[in-house]
Amino acid sequence: MSGENLAIEVSDLAKTYPNGVCALDGVTFSVPSGTVFGLLGPNGAGKSTTVKILTTLTRPDSGTARVAGCDVLSDPAQVRRHIGCVAQSSGVDPAATGRENLVLQGRLYGLGGGGLREHVDGLLERFGLSDVAGRLVKTYSGGMRRKLDVAMGLVHQPRVLFLDEPTTGLDPEARAELWREIAAMAATGITVVLTTHYLEEADELAGTLAILDQGKVVAHGTPESLKKALHGDSVQVLLNEPPEETAARNALSNVEGVHDIVVSGREIGARVDAGADNAPALLSALESAGLRVASVTLSAPTLDEVYLRHAGRTFRSVQEGHIR
Amino acid sequence: MTAAVIQSYHMAVRDLRAFVRQPFYLAATLIQPVIWLLLFGKLFAPLMEDTHTTDSYIGFLTPGVIAMTALFASGWSGMVFVVEMEQGTLNRFLVTPVRRGALITGRLIQQALSVVLQGLIILVIALATGARFPGGVLIMLVFLACVALIAVAFASLSNALGLVTRSQESVISIAQFLVLPLAFLSSTFVPRRLMPDWMSTIAGGNPVNWLVEIGRQTLDDHVDWSFVLTHGAGLLAVALVCAWLSTLAFRVYQKQA
Ligand SMILES: Nc1ncnc2c1ncn2[C@@H]1O[C@H](COP(=O)(O)OP(=O)(O)O)[C@@H](O)[C@H]1O
Ligand SMILES: [Mg+2]
Repeated sequence: MSGENLAIEVSDLAKTYPNGVCALDGVTFSVPSGTVFGLLGPNGAGKSTTVKILTTLTRPDSGTARVAGCDVLSDPAQVRRHIGCVAQSSGVDPAATGRENLVLQGRLYGLGGGGLREHVDGLLERFGLSDVAGRLVKTYSGGMRRKLDVAMGLVHQPRVLFLDEPTTGLDPEARAELWREIAAMAATGITVVLTTHYLEEADELAGTLAILDQGKVVAHGTPESLKKALHGDSVQVLLNEPPEETAARNALSNVEGVHDIVVSGREIGARVDAGADNAPALLSALESAGLRVASVTLSAPTLDEVYLRHAGRTFRSVQEGHIR
Repeated sequence: MTAAVIQSYHMAVRDLRAFVRQPFYLAATLIQPVIWLLLFGKLFAPLMEDTHTTDSYIGFLTPGVIAMTALFASGWSGMVFVVEMEQGTLNRFLVTPVRRGALITGRLIQQALSVVLQGLIILVIALATGARFPGGVLIMLVFLACVALIAVAFASLSNALGLVTRSQESVISIAQFLVLPLAFLSSTFVPRRLMPDWMSTIAGGNPVNWLVEIGRQTLDDHVDWSFVLTHGAGLLAVALVCAWLSTLAFRVYQKQA
């Protein structure tokens, strides 16, 4: 599975930190060039650790990784030339101006002179920072810092850009703006690796994604294929009265395309292949069993359900567990 | 090699910019030496009347005070690395192709230049209060170069400590722990011949004492150049060894990342 068209090939990465925390436990995935790849997982899943290994900031205990055709372990210097990285914790220098940050970043890649100046001006313009370019970064808002961060990651026109939770902590407007910018980047042929714990973000931006849970990839594919693999849409039926569980199950067991039935209280949940076509049959089966339906909702599968299927719990429950 | 030099220059410019943007910080670092010179100098001058070669104890104290100021300032250098680690700025540099050595030397250049600036300001204050340095300009320049060397050595140790321990507290404590003993185990305050023998012996091997004694040569109209050159070479060796140690500390930092 090697070749020119893979921007990243990761095989069996494992890492345990010196304090004994096992952050990665055999992670494998690959990213085709010129695509946006989402690394989705709750806090503590190992996303940042993966990014740190791929950006040569730390070394894995075992496994291999190639980025832009170069091995991160045997040729880190070459990897660094081809990557840009926007870390989870901002890397901007608050004691310098926005422009100074960008110019220094360019210089460290060996750029200089008028070319660098023009390029920096272009980036400031593109990220709407021209007006504040001469101000010290410590006076910037969170959104402005983030934009500067991303601009710094792009200063040397990298082949692969890593964005570690770029929209965490941004207000909805700034987030939407950054989403547009990421989508636009992808169109220029750069490979983007985006980590996120927002399901919507992965769904919206990622061409392919890997779902990471406790240091393992639990699912890998396009958002569509992952959702399709769940077989069908989700149906939630609310009854007027709590049904007899076996009666409800019996009523539905013969309806074509219905599976994964869950009865709890007045609610019945199920997955239905081709939901729009088969849901009416499901409803009439309930009615003829004497169960009166109060309301029905039909929804397309979500990544949350993909995660539930593979990790055995919902994304939000994990997230909340962490916040607590 | 040239890339490393250019990168060190750019990193030093960044640090120097931050330094000149905090004139308040520079002023604060000068409060202590001024107190040493003016209060300490006046207080002990009567006790020291017969002990020094010049007619002003302030003049006698000046090289030692410049040395101590340089030690204190450079001892804090590692704090900046710890702060940059916490800010994420350091990792931002480490994902670029920048030479790791350039991150260290850039900071050392800034440290060396800023302690020389502090030294010059203290010198002006000493001259204004009546101190005279008959040794001449050349030995004064050599002394300031040696001040830069000791700052490089100290800043290197402090950087290494910051990178390895990643804690501001340990950088502060070691800086505080080292500077005063090294100053008292040298002829900063009293000439070596007034020290107990054991102390004078220790002082003989103390690089801070070498620096102060090179500085004392500025008070003499007959500069002992062979002393200056041998001990200056010693300071250079110490600075190089410490600088090398601090680049090793970078490897430790990345292992723990
Ligand atoms: N430098 C470190 N030292 C020790 N443990 C760490 C370090 N960085 C992360 N961890 C631990 O490793 C696990 C994975 O962390 P991380 O890769 O940051 O996850 P994510 O980015 O998905 O939130 C977590 O349990 C975290 O506490
Ligand atoms: Mg993270």
